[in-house]
Amino acid sequence: MASISVQADDFDITGEINALKADRVDIGAIVTFTGTVRDLDGSLTSMTLEHYPGMTERELQAVADEAEARWPLQACRVIHRYGTLSPGENIVLVITMSAHRHAAFQAADFLMDFLKSRAPFWKKEETGEGATWVDARESDELALKRWNS
Amino acid sequence: MAQLLYFSWVRERIGKSEEQFDLPDGVQDVAALIEVLRERDNGYATAFEDLSRIRIAVGQSHVGTDHTISDTDEIAFFPPVTGG
Repeated sequence: MASISVQADDFDITGEINALKADRVDIGAIVTFTGTVRDLDGSLTSMTLEHYPGMTERELQAVADEAEARWPLQACRVIHRYGTLSPGENIVLVITMSAHRHAAFQAADFLMDFLKSRAPFWKKEETGEGATWVDARESDELALKRWNS
Repeated sequence: MAQLLYFSWVRERIGKSEEQFDLPDGVQDVAALIEVLRERDNGYATAFEDLSRIRIAVGQSHVGTDHTISDTDEIAFFPPVTGG
């Protein structure tokens, strides 16, 4: 059963992996993806993530369940933070575990593509000049089409 | 009463994050509700000026503007999502 969390606090990647793996020996591949707050030109002071409590959890669970239905995963974990974060801080963690690497890689890729277009989060970037909402990228929408077949 | 929720710049333009709203007679889908809301004041009009930038959830599921609504629904309006 895929496990998801929506939280203000940071996450501990190693701790999450260890908790999922525990004493299991049937896992041959562990993939993690971590998304962090990016500041390419040094202008960002902070980023605030707003979300829709209730729907966020439902959407993340639905996406994680879909990943488990499509690939033979031993474990699947998604953590997404909200609130005000500084450049470099963690935003999102996806962990997939499988007997073989292809399933783990593909499921993690799928999870990120789908949560970026479905999970109700909105980023606002604060700089010295003010605050602006981040626009959705058309490329994120196009990325979904890879998984439709 | 329907429960209306607004997020991100939709919330900022309207000036509130949620409200109870009595659906007028004849308002049976999201598109009709948006037309009614647009007439309320300039904030709503600005929030809904470009529907290509508006996304909708009813009962916490993504829907289109043709989705049927009733007086007991939770209806949320927001921009395309930018998490991850």
